Amino acid sequence: MTRPFLEIRNLSVALKGTRLRLLRSVNLSLDAGQVHGLVGESGAGKSMIGKAILGILPLSVAVVEGQILLDGSDLLALPPVERRRRIGGLTALIPQDPLTALNPSRRIGPQITDRLVDILGWARTRAEARSLELLEEVQIPDGARVMRNYPHELSGGMRQRILIASAFAAEPKLIVADEPTTALDVTVQKQILRLIRDMQARHGTALLFVTHDLGVVSKICQSLSVLYAGKVIEDGPMRDFFAAPKHPYSASLLAATPKYTDPEGSLLPVPEAVIAAVRADVAADDKGWTHG
Amino acid sequence: MGEPLYQIKALQVSLPDLNRKPIFGAAPRIEILKGLSFAIAKGEVLGIVGGSGSGKSTLGRAMVRLLEPSGGTVLFDGHDITHSSEADLRPLRRRFQMIFQDPMSSLNPRRKVGGIIAGPLALHGLAHIGARVDEALDQVGLPRGFRHRYPHELSGGQRQRVGIARAIALRPEFILADEIVSGLDVSSQAQILALLEGLVRDLGLTLAFISHDLSVIRRLCGRILVLHQGKIVEDAPAEQLFSAPKAQYTRDLLEAIPLPDPDQPWI
Repeated sequence: MTRPFLEIRNLSVALKGTRLRLLRSVNLSLDAGQVHGLVGESGAGKSMIGKAILGILPLSVAVVEGQILLDGSDLLALPPVERRRRIGGLTALIPQDPLTALNPSRRIGPQITDRLVDILGWARTRAEARSLELLEEVQIPDGARVMRNYPHELSGGMRQRILIASAFAAEPKLIVADEPTTALDVTVQKQILRLIRDMQARHGTALLFVTHDLGVVSKICQSLSVLYAGKVIEDGPMRDFFAAPKHPYSASLLAATPKYTDPEGSLLPVPEAVIAAVRADVAADDKGWTHG
Repeated sequence: MGEPLYQIKALQVSLPDLNRKPIFGAAPRIEILKGLSFAIAKGEVLGIVGGSGSGKSTLGRAMVRLLEPSGGTVLFDGHDITHSSEADLRPLRRRFQMIFQDPMSSLNPRRKVGGIIAGPLALHGLAHIGARVDEALDQVGLPRGFRHRYPHELSGGQRQRVGIARAIALRPEFILADEIVSGLDVSSQAQILALLEGLVRDLGLTLAFISHDLSVIRRLCGRILVLHQGKIVEDAPAEQLFSAPKAQYTRDLLEAIPLPDPDQPWI
């Protein structure tokens, strides 16, 4: 059996100076070229996992135990310079909000090429040629003109396409997509998801897809983890999950998801008893946690 | 169909296009709503759906007169409010209230929850404000102790409950809810919708619910307007709209919704 491209082992992240964990002994593995969904409510820690991999955790939190193996080497054991080089070379992020992710006072062109030139040491002409190629690949007509535009001159869908182009520019092996379509309306969301899926398949990139929408997961992911309070409640192949979720909490999350074909059986609030049970699980875990 | 609460005829709204404003002189105007006509019966729950830029929020704002239409008429319970002054609108405003999309920017961050809900009550010179604030908190399922909290201390779902409490504290007949669940995750979304459903039933409210998400509208609304580029492209009972959508745009919207079902042909 081949080694997974990304393997997270027993990862805990805590608020600095406390024993309050935001991620609770998370295990996750992702093979090269696969798409894995991270699902949960606001505050469940799904974005936190992405941030831990990319080395962009907020200053107020720290990893207290565990390993993040990227292509076989533990990122957390590497010296900082080496770690950043590895993360920069192998990974990229598609952020949620395309307006705040782009610098409003700079043209689009340099915002795509900077990373290639400054971090990966490409020649500027090569970086510009590559950017034009990518803008075409994300179906932006007249890329040369768009590279001279400012972010405010473009629509939300166009801005998200630019961030996708930028994420794929350096051929990363792993992309973390942090709710990339939440700010878009359904018709644009569909175009953007299709684009992400096609690009991912064509480039053979592994994708960690953070979302609270199980509808989206069922369209793009091969496997998923359901999180609550930083704990993985359930994980496994996507189709198995939708056929029969194993944990009552993840079943409730599925029943809360809107489904217009089943108005009576969808959008059901998660029952209090289910929340109490999953909280008790988490509390029991914390009791048994001796580290730190 | 009962007596109409709202009657909207040939409604037009145009706004200045500030992107194309010359340095001196007036900005050219863009037509946002291009002549909409419909009525809302008392007790009806109407869904208004459309993509970004379809004019659904502009329609809502014109209905509660947060902006003035440039043509057509808006009748609320027989009163023509199309061009009414703020002073003439004041007594009517109690009767139609709005809940906004983003509770973080529509709740004053410097005021406590109690003050936020009491604000409109005081403005309308009502008595027993304290008791009415408590009642509103009860109705939206927040503990009364929350009146001493600030908005930043609450979760997104709780903040949206405060927005609902502020609207219903005035005991209005009509509520306009503009994308009030689109910023929430699925579990808070389901809770807020269940709450709104209960309030509509218990208080006999008339509701217009604006959303880009037909799945959410399906749950709540008896009748649905589909807006596209400032025009109504379909106006149908929910059952009919979902089983046999007439407009191509409605079909596109329905098709774009990702159902939580791996076998739905989608992309």
